[in-house]
Amino acid sequence: MPDSNRMTLFSMTERAMSAQLVGMNAATSNLANAGSVASSEAEAYRPIRAVFATELDRATGISSVRSDGLVRSETAPTKRYDPGHPLADETGHIWEAPVDESAEMIEIMESARQYQNMVQALQTAKQLMLETLRSN
Amino acid sequence: MNEQIFGIHGAALELRSQRMGVIAANIANAATPGFKARDIDFNAALDARLSEARGEPARFGEPDMLYRRPTMPSLDGNTVELGREQVAFAENAMAYSATLSFVQGKVNTITRALKGE
Repeated sequence: MPDSNRMTLFSMTERAMSAQLVGMNAATSNLANAGSVASSEAEAYRPIRAVFATELDRATGISSVRSDGLVRSETAPTKRYDPGHPLADETGHIWEAPVDESAEMIEIMESARQYQNMVQALQTAKQLMLETLRSN
Repeated sequence: MNEQIFGIHGAALELRSQRMGVIAANIANAATPGFKARDIDFNAALDARLSEARGEPARFGEPDMLYRRPTMPSLDGNTVELGREQVAFAENAMAYSATLSFVQGKVNTITRALKGE
């Protein structure tokens, strides 16, 4: 929906749901990269995290949520000694992506639950609006 | 005219729908750091609307948006308590439904009177 429009309950929910999807995608891509290794610290995968910010519509006073892009976490990759690994550097070390699988799973579950809450709210609002339309 | 037919229900329906948006916004921002949950005082807003309709000098415009006082503040400054918001949303939806059926009843009565049944 274009920004010039007044924020309605529908556009607000839509934005909140897409923000949750961004969060879920970030966590999923972290999970997918769990256990990936690189031959130097700089090349190793760093987990990404979605940042949420409130977006206030002054005309209606409704505040929606927006995902303000993704932030790469500063966690240091795990250095492991494994001289037999094909990616090992000259000292025999590999750098493993610092992904906490259970934390990412929790992140995904939380996004899914939040998404579900929005669907529920939208359903209720939609039903009430339809009832109002039908009432004459 | 509008006020004579529907009594307080016209204003109430409008406010209920506004409050639904505010509470849905709280639910949407349950994970946003620093977000402060808001709500409107329904009774005060309805009073303001009604005295406005009676022509008394009243506060015009939108109802006041108040901040919710959290039971237990969270570390990131977010004051949304999901359970509370969901209960408030459900309660508000029920009240909307009830108000709507009052309005519907009024409309039915008037339609029947017009038709001369």
